[in-house]
Amino acid sequence: MTDIKQYLLLRHRDIAGLDQLETYRQSGGFEAFQKAVTGMQPGQVTDVVKASGLRGRGGAGFPTGMKWSFIDNKNWPHYVVANADESEPGTFKDREIMTYNPFQFLEGLALCAYAVSAHEAYVYLRGEFWQVAAILDRCIAEMEAAGLLGDKLFGTDYSLRLHTHLGAGAYICGEETALLESMEGKLGQPRLRPPFPPSFGLYGKPTIVNNVETLTNLPLIIEKGAEWYRSYGTDRSPGVKIFSLSGCVNKPGNYELPLGTTFRELIYQHGGGLPEGRKIKSIMPAGASSSLIVATEEALDTAMDYESVPNVGAQLGSASVIVIDDSVNVAWLIHKTIEFFKHESCGKCTPCREGTYWMLHLTERIAGGHATSQDVELLHDVASQMKGKCFCALGEFSIEAVLSGIERFPQDFEHE
Amino acid sequence: MSKLVTLTIDDKQVTVPEGTVIVDAAKKVGIDIPVFCYHPKMEPVGMCRMCLVDVGRPVIDRATGQPVLEPDGSPKVQFGPKLETACTTLVSEGMVVVGMSEKVKAGRKDVLEFLLTSHPLDCPVCDKGGECPLQNLTMGFGPGESRFLYDEKMHLAKHVPLGDLIFLDRERCIQCGRCVRFQSEVVDDPVIGFYNRGRKLEIRTYSDPGFDSYFSGNTSDICPVGALTTVDFRFGARPWEMRTTASICTHCAVGCNLAFNVRREAKAGGDIVIKRAMPRQNEQVNELWICDKGRFGYHFAESGGASPLERLAQPLVRRGGELQPASWDEALRLAAEGLHQAGRELLALVGGRLSNEDLFNIQALAQGLGGKIGLDTYMAGGDLVSQVGLGQGSNLGDLGQGSAILVVACDLEEEAPIWWLRLKRAVERGASLIVANPRPTKLERYAAHILRYGYGSEAATVAALLDAIDGKQNAANSGIKAAAEAITGLGNLVVVYGSEGLGLQGSQALAQACANLLIATGHFGQPNNGLLAVWPHANDQGAWEMGLRPLPDLPAALQAAKALYVAASDPLGDDPALAEALRALPFVVVQDLFLTETARLANVVLPALPFTERDGSFTSGERRVQRYYPAVLARPDARPDYAISGEICKRAGVEAEISSAAGVFARLAEKVPAYQGLNYRMLAQTAEQWPIVGRPDVYYGGTAYENTQGLGVQVKPGAQDGPPPARGALGAAPALPLQAGERLAVPVTRLYDHGSTIAHTGLLHARTPAPYVALHPGELPASDGAEVQLSLGGQVFTVTLRLDEALPAGVVLVPRSLGLPLRGPQAVELKVK
Repeated sequence: MTDIKQYLLLRHRDIAGLDQLETYRQSGGFEAFQKAVTGMQPGQVTDVVKASGLRGRGGAGFPTGMKWSFIDNKNWPHYVVANADESEPGTFKDREIMTYNPFQFLEGLALCAYAVSAHEAYVYLRGEFWQVAAILDRCIAEMEAAGLLGDKLFGTDYSLRLHTHLGAGAYICGEETALLESMEGKLGQPRLRPPFPPSFGLYGKPTIVNNVETLTNLPLIIEKGAEWYRSYGTDRSPGVKIFSLSGCVNKPGNYELPLGTTFRELIYQHGGGLPEGRKIKSIMPAGASSSLIVATEEALDTAMDYESVPNVGAQLGSASVIVIDDSVNVAWLIHKTIEFFKHESCGKCTPCREGTYWMLHLTERIAGGHATSQDVELLHDVASQMKGKCFCALGEFSIEAVLSGIERFPQDFEHE
Repeated sequence: MSKLVTLTIDDKQVTVPEGTVIVDAAKKVGIDIPVFCYHPKMEPVGMCRMCLVDVGRPVIDRATGQPVLEPDGSPKVQFGPKLETACTTLVSEGMVVVGMSEKVKAGRKDVLEFLLTSHPLDCPVCDKGGECPLQNLTMGFGPGESRFLYDEKMHLAKHVPLGDLIFLDRERCIQCGRCVRFQSEVVDDPVIGFYNRGRKLEIRTYSDPGFDSYFSGNTSDICPVGALTTVDFRFGARPWEMRTTASICTHCAVGCNLAFNVRREAKAGGDIVIKRAMPRQNEQVNELWICDKGRFGYHFAESGGASPLERLAQPLVRRGGELQPASWDEALRLAAEGLHQAGRELLALVGGRLSNEDLFNIQALAQGLGGKIGLDTYMAGGDLVSQVGLGQGSNLGDLGQGSAILVVACDLEEEAPIWWLRLKRAVERGASLIVANPRPTKLERYAAHILRYGYGSEAATVAALLDAIDGKQNAANSGIKAAAEAITGLGNLVVVYGSEGLGLQGSQALAQACANLLIATGHFGQPNNGLLAVWPHANDQGAWEMGLRPLPDLPAALQAAKALYVAASDPLGDDPALAEALRALPFVVVQDLFLTETARLANVVLPALPFTERDGSFTSGERRVQRYYPAVLARPDARPDYAISGEICKRAGVEAEISSAAGVFARLAEKVPAYQGLNYRMLAQTAEQWPIVGRPDVYYGGTAYENTQGLGVQVKPGAQDGPPPARGALGAAPALPLQAGERLAVPVTRLYDHGSTIAHTGLLHARTPAPYVALHPGELPASDGAEVQLSLGGQVFTVTLRLDEALPAGVVLVPRSLGLPLRGPQAVELKVK
């Protein structure tokens, strides 16, 4: 069992009252930010983050420091947006961070802003997070009152302001360009890329969009250094990750573990295994956007990092691990995921708009038990037809469970 | 010139500028890559996924930077794992595009199958059927049968009026967003948009009234399915039943190229009727667009029956105090006798919607009899446009970086919508726009410099700008100085002037000030430089070219005349105060389409043919001479104006050509300097245009028609090869002393007015306001919408009051052609009722 003596991200579990500014500061809070603003050039902050090997925790795993270095320094102003749209089914890590450890997240956001010389940074929250937004607004006000935000911070010329922005409850707005469209008051639909946000972002200005968890890593990385951070996790996937464990397990919840921890350890040691008498059947490691992993012994022993999960036919994504046991029919399961994607498709591109709608009709018949075997073939066809043709990842992800479900669990699609 | 890139598309090599998307590069070598959301006039979005192709790029050795070669010496090409959208992927050197492989064809079939799952497949009753990209591409690439259960189709509203002019069929819509992007990108009227998401995504209008834009009709042309249809064409005809004739719009001086679709129709008694007006491509004039006035405003030509609003069916002569039907012979004889008798005391009054040929013959008659001829207009300066107008080879579509455009006294979107759109685009290409106007206009959204002056200071403002360019210290304000700096040093300067707040005297002075500016800075006689007048009529410039001039004092001219010959003009309808002077005239001949107010007083009334039933030519504001052709058969008892005048000439002993419009044009080309050497054949010549439209490839540019009947010829202004023009004096500004209780009223132009051409298009009536005056809220203790009494030239009109904080103080704005006879700035009284 991996032994983490102290939490890095879920530090509120170690320190009571961490959502109070005083407590947070007593625990070393905002020292990293002060250290950066008073003692480091913005580029040096980026260099440390690059050296730490931190990768984006929103799902894509893109190296964070490299993303920052793409920011267009010929076009000003720069913006930073924290992606707090956390909408992937089975993902609930950012909410815990923002609710109980909000200052560490906001400090991370401030560090990112400093690193790219932005003077305004935003937190884009999904509409349902209005209570979280209230917490963050309170924290931001306290930071302003404490001189941690505003003009001439720590006696330097650097100024920074933070703002929260509530979306209207659309999954697609977690896609960074749709998020930016939504922030601009437009319909939440993804933009054509390139150009990418670091060159053409919010209001057409260079913008860094980072996930909440990614940003929450930053204060400790700046404080303790890249080498320290690299002591966690694997060589190519350094650091810790919050795994949101759900589904058929005894102890669902958020588990902060080093990247590279095995599925077996997460599910059986931390998650307490499956309820009595049930057998593990499948794992969805990235929420509804995930392929269904056949839960073989080999799969259970696979390390949960960005490189290893593809070996068992899936992606780590946002690491929202859904455990499926033998009581679950996969046809029913994919019907549920398609219901979600059909509801959340933005409608911009043809394959996703029409494909998810069509797939829902098919899975409804299949899960309802009044389909023919041609319907299953057709479902597989429709999903394959969408593959590689969608405008953004939503459409491409919507078919992962469908294709893997039909291919890996054919027995669940057979008629009695 | 940007860098050129060579690539291979389906084994054809093509060289195009860097930054071109694959779809366009393919089009240039005749390869069709199907698209729905892409349109060559708009930014690519890549959302319909129809244009997926296989794209390979040469493999470059990272160490050497050199291309990796195959064993046979050809460059090694690496294809990506996924198909790429040809509408968003930019070409690159050595790229290999495969557009017809089995993989690509399968991709197209897949996307089409998706689109068809929600499509109603009601092609047999759809207006687009026959010219529908979805239908054509389905035939080309689509699946032969449906795997989607019919019962699972969504059923949506099929008759949704987005506004008065455009209907939406929600079932047919494929959410390509072309209409939404056209409205926001091309014309900057973002009044429609997407609503909801996923399969519930739908087009909605956000304006009140709905789809409030002068350009809405164009969305039905670029809609790749039958989702958007125009009110006057929907369920009207099938595309394959119709023939097409080329025409020119008569509503303003832009000269948009039109195509009329016509067919023989049982309910018209077997006659050929116009079913719709469509844009005809002329990249130098209107590109692929026309405004709604041009699209819907042709209906005046097809009115019939007996009401006074309907077209004249036969000649009328006054017998025993009544106008009674007569034969052409009798009517022409009477007219000729009466006009001949007046001789030197003959006054001919002509309107700017007559063709060059008509004007030429009427001028021949007036001059042959020794009489006078005047152009009925409120705007002057055409003589200066003849001299320093846009140089031959000018194209507003070429203005961009390095060009300055000055627009003075003009609400361009109201006066000439397509020019508004083209200048907007010029600014987007980098042109520097200066807008000088007493009140804000829509064009100012794109202005780099805005010069605000008081009504009456138009010419002085331009003169001050010239002084500032000349470096004169007295050239006061900083705005003018900044504008002067913006103009200085740029290669091109186009000066556009309109008639906002102006009458004849004011606009002549303004035109002179503009001409002086161009002459002093050397911006004349070369392409993309010169003076552009925003005339109210299609052929005002043609009249000026021919030497016709406005009458400085119409009432005095009427009093001095013994006979009046009126064509395409209605002085009494425009100004009831002229009744006495007209009644006092011993002899009046009117030739027109309608029984106008003036015609009711006439001795002889001669029915003329509208532009849809005859041929002729107009000279646009850009001095492009363009031909129009008969679209439908002429009504039996009406004749073209040039023929009527020619017949009168013959009977009055004046020589004239009457055989054909082409024959008259040949004559006038000999006489009128600007048209030397021109003939009808030259006007009918065409050239390759980009983007390619109007062929079987409706999927690409929409249903705008290819230009096969003539791009027209832009004629040289006098200063292009001739002697250098000289600056002229501006003349003193007209003094307008106001008595106690009086206010200054100035005329402004609205696109939809009560002019005779709009009056017959019921479709546009909802958008045409009742007579009103507008002023600043501080001017009158009354509320917006109140009824007020306007005393104007001895008459009192009850009008609606419009309060507008954007207006300057101290003036009353009176819209033209809404029944309030104001030909120029004038003192009026305004009372709250």
